[in-house]
Amino acid sequence: MSDTTHGPDRKERNAWFEADARLKRRHLADKRLRAYGIAAIVFALGMLATLVGTILITAAPAVTQTMVTFEVEVPEGSVDPANPSGGSYQTMLNASIARIFPDVDTPRELRELRQLFSNGGQYQLRDKILADPSLIGKTVSISFPMSDIGDQLHKGVIDRNLPPDFRRVNDTQIAWYDVLVERGQISSPLNWGLLFNADSRFPELAGLRGALVGSFFALLVCFLVSFPVGIAAAVYLEEFAPKNRLTDLIEVNINNLAAVPSIVFGLLGLAVFLNFFGMPRSAPIVGGLVLSLMTLPTIIIATRAALKAVPPSIREAAIGVGASKMQTVGHHVLPLAMPGILTGTIIGLAQALGETAPLLLIGMNAFITAAPDSMFNPSTALPTQIYIWADSPERGFTSRTSAAIIVLLGFLVCMNAIAIYMRKRFERRW
Amino acid sequence: MSATSLLAIVLILSLIGYFWGRASAAGLKRGGQGMHSIPAYHGYFIALSCGIPSFLLVLIWLATQNTVIDTLLIAGLPAHITDGVETSRMSLILSEIKSIAGGRIFGTPDPALIAAAERYNALRGTASLAMVVSALAVAIAAMSYARSRVSPEFRARNSVDGILRWILIVCSILAILTTLGIILSLVIESMAFFSRVPVFEFLFGMEWSPQIAMRADQVASSGAFGAVPVFWGTIFISAIAMFVALPVGLFSAIYLVEYADKRVRSFVKPLLEILAGIPTIVYGFFAILTVAPFIRDLGTSMGLSVASNSALAAGGVMGIMLIPFISSFADDAISAVPQSMRDGAYALGATKAETVRQVLLPAALPGIVGGVLLAVSRAIGETMIVVMAAGLMAKLTANPLEGVTTVTVQIVTLLIGDTEFDSPKTLAAFGLGLVLFITTLALNIVALQVVKRYRERYE
Repeated sequence: MSDTTHGPDRKERNAWFEADARLKRRHLADKRLRAYGIAAIVFALGMLATLVGTILITAAPAVTQTMVTFEVEVPEGSVDPANPSGGSYQTMLNASIARIFPDVDTPRELRELRQLFSNGGQYQLRDKILADPSLIGKTVSISFPMSDIGDQLHKGVIDRNLPPDFRRVNDTQIAWYDVLVERGQISSPLNWGLLFNADSRFPELAGLRGALVGSFFALLVCFLVSFPVGIAAAVYLEEFAPKNRLTDLIEVNINNLAAVPSIVFGLLGLAVFLNFFGMPRSAPIVGGLVLSLMTLPTIIIATRAALKAVPPSIREAAIGVGASKMQTVGHHVLPLAMPGILTGTIIGLAQALGETAPLLLIGMNAFITAAPDSMFNPSTALPTQIYIWADSPERGFTSRTSAAIIVLLGFLVCMNAIAIYMRKRFERRW
Repeated sequence: MSATSLLAIVLILSLIGYFWGRASAAGLKRGGQGMHSIPAYHGYFIALSCGIPSFLLVLIWLATQNTVIDTLLIAGLPAHITDGVETSRMSLILSEIKSIAGGRIFGTPDPALIAAAERYNALRGTASLAMVVSALAVAIAAMSYARSRVSPEFRARNSVDGILRWILIVCSILAILTTLGIILSLVIESMAFFSRVPVFEFLFGMEWSPQIAMRADQVASSGAFGAVPVFWGTIFISAIAMFVALPVGLFSAIYLVEYADKRVRSFVKPLLEILAGIPTIVYGFFAILTVAPFIRDLGTSMGLSVASNSALAAGGVMGIMLIPFISSFADDAISAVPQSMRDGAYALGATKAETVRQVLLPAALPGIVGGVLLAVSRAIGETMIVVMAAGLMAKLTANPLEGVTTVTVQIVTLLIGDTEFDSPKTLAAFGLGLVLFITTLALNIVALQVVKRYRERYE
């Protein structure tokens, strides 16, 4: 009997408790979802920070380059003034090194001593004499990079407290290095060589000039082709094209090209530009043409959006005072759409600058020790240079690769910043 | 004369044509004639008619000159050199002739080759002279014809508009030509490959070792070009990438749309999109510099053996790259669900999480699926991360700690540093490229269809 009197009560209370518990569970689920979201964002941004952070930290040693300064005697008669490039500069350099370390005489020790210095010193000496032949017979002061191991030792990357078998320099080399430091012959100025030297097998001599010039030529070709062609295509599709099979086909093609993997464009460049048309391998002109085919969809899509944003009243007004369709577009619509078009173009070019895979296939990863003179000479580009350096085993290339990546990211940030600025500054809302 | 200076001269001729046409039309106008078009349009007409034909002529000439000269050169070689020679050997002979012609002589070449080198230089000289003469002749002829049409009745503006319109049409057809070029080059080279290695064997063979097939006695030996392990590696790495990117991208999109306040959103969203703007080569370097050693150390500390080029490292880093891709697609799709549907769910007492799970996600599903498909297509076609961080050996394994290889890695390794075009090794790259192109194309088309259908639901 008590069940009947208390039943509904208890049931009610149970139901209330259940509802309360359920509500708690539901709110907990809500909080969980929120936490997942925050965790996801923290993970993504954490990865971004790790990426940028590790690259910055790895690049730090490449900011400076350890240099060594020697007073080199250039004896009268050792260099023929009529033909100064024929002198044996390495011998003179070795003589001045031997003056500082007179007790080093076994071939093995001499070799170990020279391992501390880059072999670029003799060329620097030669260039100095070439530039000013009156220096023959005098003492010339030259300052040139330490070798990879010397550089690592100076920057503390090589830990001198490790047992000798675990580091790449032996105790005598460290002692010689300390002598040089004491004599004040070691300095570490800013590493301008990274930007202004051409590529080299030796990390201390390797620089990005060839890659920068190559990327510049490739982007120039890319711009010269994709900018006018992209605008023309977009103007036709947006302003003139009748709705028919052909224009539908063109639109489908543009949308699909935008999503074709970049390496497929590399295959196209290899088969068509290099093989069929016989264009030069590794040349920035081919790289630029391939990149322009990839950039074209981006520019066309951006231009069409910019043209769409120009209100029809502008066109109607122009037509109304007697302009032809072409005049309307050329004199009024295009100039008004230009900020949007340029923004899209810069973003497209920034993508092209970072593109690597197609350039690898057309051979822009060759080892070339001189910057190209024209867009028809073999060359590397910034991203392919990064690829080459990342593949090189020398320790010094790790920090140079990171430094090159920072240069690349710097260009990308600048280009995108210009694009954003232009969008904010010039884009009109109607 | 170089082609560049020739084009410059053509440009100057066009400029002269412009001023000539404008001046003569202005003369007519001053003479009291009522002109149909303003003088400037007569100038434009002459400039365009003078410049375009010779510009096209020079381009076509440059594009075909090398092929024509090579053909003439081969046709003129004595029989004892050309008899029974394969195409690959022929191109070597041609390059030898060209280096002799350039004055770089190694050893004592066949006198026939020296004669051919002289003929080559002569042909080149004739060709470039003929190009200059014909281009200038065309330019001047076209200019004088166009000048003869300057008259009061001539509708110069309409003609110029017509010409410009054709230029626009040609430019937009370039998109079709590019696609056509991709398809043709992939198909033609793949046909050459499949004539040596059967299609069936390529698509379903279980062993991939193209390097072995480089040996002459082993050309197209059976089993060397079975691409299944390569396809598997691609799918495996893409799956790992999606395993990272999908939850992270989706949850961050849900948080940004439904939970975050405006300030956080406007700050976090651009930051996430930076991840999409970083070049893939940077991700590749990040993978070998940081992620792969980290995973290896972690695995070793747990007693697992981890390959230095593990699929996990390559796929994981690729996943990070794809996060903004997924999150921005999901963001758009969830934001596009009408507010009324949210309000309806809240009115029934649903919490935010329940609204998301039971109302918003089902409604936004087509958009999200479209984005996921596009991301998968990106992952399959992604090259630099895997070239740097994934393996070269084709392995059929489901262990993410081992190294696997992908289609794009194989394309790059098969083609780098190799210009010979008739070894099955090089051609295999085009076979893989064709498969890659078809797969990504199909994924993109399906994705665009899905997204389109979804859009139609609410607009």
